[in-house]
Amino acid sequence: MSDEPAITLYRLQACPYCERVVRKLHEYDLDYRSRFVEPMHSQRNVVKRISGKRTAPAIVDENTGLTMSESANIVEYLEKTYGEAATDGGVDVGDDREDADNGGAA
Amino acid sequence: MPEFDVVDLPETDHVDVGDTAPDFTRPLVNAEYWEDVSLSELTDDGPVLLVFYTMDGAFPATYMWNEIRDRSWGEKLTVVGLSISSAYEHKTLIEERGMEYSLFSDPQNGVAADYGVENDLDGMAGVSEARPAVFLLDGDRTVEYAWVASEWPDFPDYDEVEAAIDDLV
Ligand SMILES: N[C@@H](CCC(=O)N[C@@H](CS)C(=O)NCC(=O)O)C(=O)O
Repeated sequence: MSDEPAITLYRLQACPYCERVVRKLHEYDLDYRSRFVEPMHSQRNVVKRISGKRTAPAIVDENTGLTMSESANIVEYLEKTYGEAATDGGVDVGDDREDADNGGAA
Repeated sequence: MPEFDVVDLPETDHVDVGDTAPDFTRPLVNAEYWEDVSLSELTDDGPVLLVFYTMDGAFPATYMWNEIRDRSWGEKLTVVGLSISSAYEHKTLIEERGMEYSLFSDPQNGVAADYGVENDLDGMAGVSEARPAVFLLDGDRTVEYAWVASEWPDFPDYDEVEAAIDDLV
């Protein structure tokens, strides 16, 4: 569906690494969906299945087709893709961004 | 039949057949994760059986979900539950019952209030949960069948629910 956010964040409640990523998503006004998993390795099959690793956070970005874990890498990726440097003529991120470009009219 | 009168629940002006079921968004828990989902997202895909039940761990929760699991209604339509239990407890229930159905978590009981099916629990100060209730919804959230507990405890007539499902789908 077109109004589904392109970014999915797999997170644990109160996980500081996850909150670090959330802060970035907010900073860039990105629309995302949160999927919460339980804090026990053995039960985190969904995260393992999508990212190949068991740690949260993990992110799936359908704008770029990327799946990634490790909060530092994710933050760096978000900066490169959606941050200041990316705004002039960088990666085409589709229409998922709720920033001044589309006037916030939607 | 017990040799005593069971407790009657007060009359309630609940959502009923022909009404449009109130939409809501709450965390919907499956075997692996939970995320915010609205009821209308589910009905967009077709008919939904919305089952309000006691907090996870109370015996009616176990009875109801064993029965609903064994009847495999999920093969005919979307079946979802709702209780005030947390997402963590829902994950445990889904695992212990070995069931395919997802469960909404609504600790503040606002959805039951919207549907007119609240149950203020005697002896648990400050705790209100949903009274057992079943609403069969079509793709427009129109209520095709409704059952709301009038006694405590009380269980749906599963054959009647199943007949209503078979009429609709
Ligand atoms: N280096 C990882 C660390 C992430 C991490 O340790 N996350 C915790 C949750 S706060 C986790 O998933 N731990 C595995 C576990 O406890 O099962 C990152 O920065 O993303």
